[in-house]
Amino acid sequence: MTPGETHQTIEATFRIERARLIGGLARMMRSVDLAEELAQDALVVALSEWPRTGVPDNPGAWLMATAKRRAIDALRHDKMRRRKHEEIARTLPETSYGGTQAIEAAMAAMAAMDDDLGDELLGLLFTACHPILSPDARAALTLRVVGGLATDEIARAFLSSEATIAQRIVRAKKAIAKAGLTFEVPRGAERAARLPSVLEVIYLIFNEGYAASAGDDLVRPGLCLEAQRLGRILAGLMPEDAPETAEVLGLLALMEIQASRIRARTGPDGAVIPLTEQDRARWDYLLIRRGLDALARAEALGGKVGEAGPYVLQAALAACHARARQAADTDWPRIAALYDRLRVVAPSPVVDLNRAIAHSMAFGPEAGLRLLDEIADAAALRNYAPLPAARGDFLFRAGRLTEARSEFKAAATLTRNERERAFLLARVDACDCEH
Amino acid sequence: MRVMVFTKATEDMDMSAPPTPEQLEAFAAMDRFTEELVKAGVFIAAAGLKNDAQAKRVVFEGSSRTVIDGPFAETRELVVGFSIWEVKDMDEALAWAKRAPNDAMPGKSEMEIRPFYEAADLAEFMTPEELAAPREGERGKLGVA
Repeated sequence: MTPGETHQTIEATFRIERARLIGGLARMMRSVDLAEELAQDALVVALSEWPRTGVPDNPGAWLMATAKRRAIDALRHDKMRRRKHEEIARTLPETSYGGTQAIEAAMAAMAAMDDDLGDELLGLLFTACHPILSPDARAALTLRVVGGLATDEIARAFLSSEATIAQRIVRAKKAIAKAGLTFEVPRGAERAARLPSVLEVIYLIFNEGYAASAGDDLVRPGLCLEAQRLGRILAGLMPEDAPETAEVLGLLALMEIQASRIRARTGPDGAVIPLTEQDRARWDYLLIRRGLDALARAEALGGKVGEAGPYVLQAALAACHARARQAADTDWPRIAALYDRLRVVAPSPVVDLNRAIAHSMAFGPEAGLRLLDEIADAAALRNYAPLPAARGDFLFRAGRLTEARSEFKAAATLTRNERERAFLLARVDACDCEH
Repeated sequence: MRVMVFTKATEDMDMSAPPTPEQLEAFAAMDRFTEELVKAGVFIAAAGLKNDAQAKRVVFEGSSRTVIDGPFAETRELVVGFSIWEVKDMDEALAWAKRAPNDAMPGKSEMEIRPFYEAADLAEFMTPEELAAPREGERGKLGVA
């Protein structure tokens, strides 16, 4: 590396190292706030030294060593202050501080730690996604400390105010400190148990971006990228042969395949285009390939349909569509079988509804109608437009036009989406024409 | 943003002889670098390319198509590989590129970083309708906007 590095280059290097740095420092100091502060201090030192010396060969280790020196200085300062307190305290009976001992221990631990940056990042991710925090708090904190997003960026992405997000992050940090979390990567059975709350947060971040189909603000689609990045990082850090890695790869595959359709899923007028009507030439085949690869690795880890978790199953569903070069090629019997499995692993009325649709495509409208009858009374589906819309479609295809007509009409009344209403009313008209 | 990183060599690499221990170590260093990219969530795809003795060119001129077999006499730099990265900006791509080992390269080599066109770039001179209309032969293109 040559001297004369610009601030821009140095800041870019710092961004690459930041999350690992914070992870390592948080583990030493047991505080995200202190870790962020020390990392920032290290950046300031780098900005003053690197333009002269050039970026060091191992910038991560350099930044870590610098931050550690700062931390030791701060602790030493703290220790002197506490010793004074203790001298005063000694004159008072039955008061024990023990503060200097704790600081000694922290300093010893720090000296013992080498500069090897191993799984600090993973430890940070698992802590930021700890189940003691609400999913929203986990998402905000993860984007802040792992993704390196600024508070105002997170606020815009979640259509929330900066103050709300800032407060959410402060509370999350406090909760972590209060619970005494160690920023270690959980091992064995505990890692498997903690993983779902990490995956949930990454997928929540992805869906925040994905659900925002139209957007003048590019930050929201940016959330998809951020979630994909987190998923790729997690997949890169998890042990390759651990059984729970299957679900990590499943989530990664699901996100890659869903993201491959982003360009195809909105029309010029901003309307969402359903999967079966998308122009498949506009799909991103690089992402599809990555998704299919990740799914294959997940399945090789024992994620076959019989024992697969919810993310592997959803990825397998997405893959059925991704593999079909045109909508007519879709393997509906396989999709139906995957939904049969998904409703066992992750039961939900919406999964049941999609299962009925898949069965109707695979085995005919009557099969779909039979499954719909089983879930017609589900409270979650009451006033849910897609339910009568699906029933209308099955009835229409079965030639029962009068019944289909009234279902489409009901669905049109229920939907709050103008475009969907127009589509459903067109289907009402189609029932009249066929008469 | 997505970038394609072309690795270019100025001297031909002799792949006919079995690799020397130095070369093996150089390849291992390259693998470690790729591993870093994977763990940082930056890596999307990569491939090494055989040298231009194996290459062919199709030259277009009006309606004529002329095929030229490699190696190409006038070549001064040879693309020996490419990778695709997902980064926040060009600064990040540069910071990563500077970390790449070059021990495997005979002589001077270079990396050229080319950002992909994205929807936002095209929006400046295309209407949303034009953007939405599929262009002929787009299927299978690597993630163009």
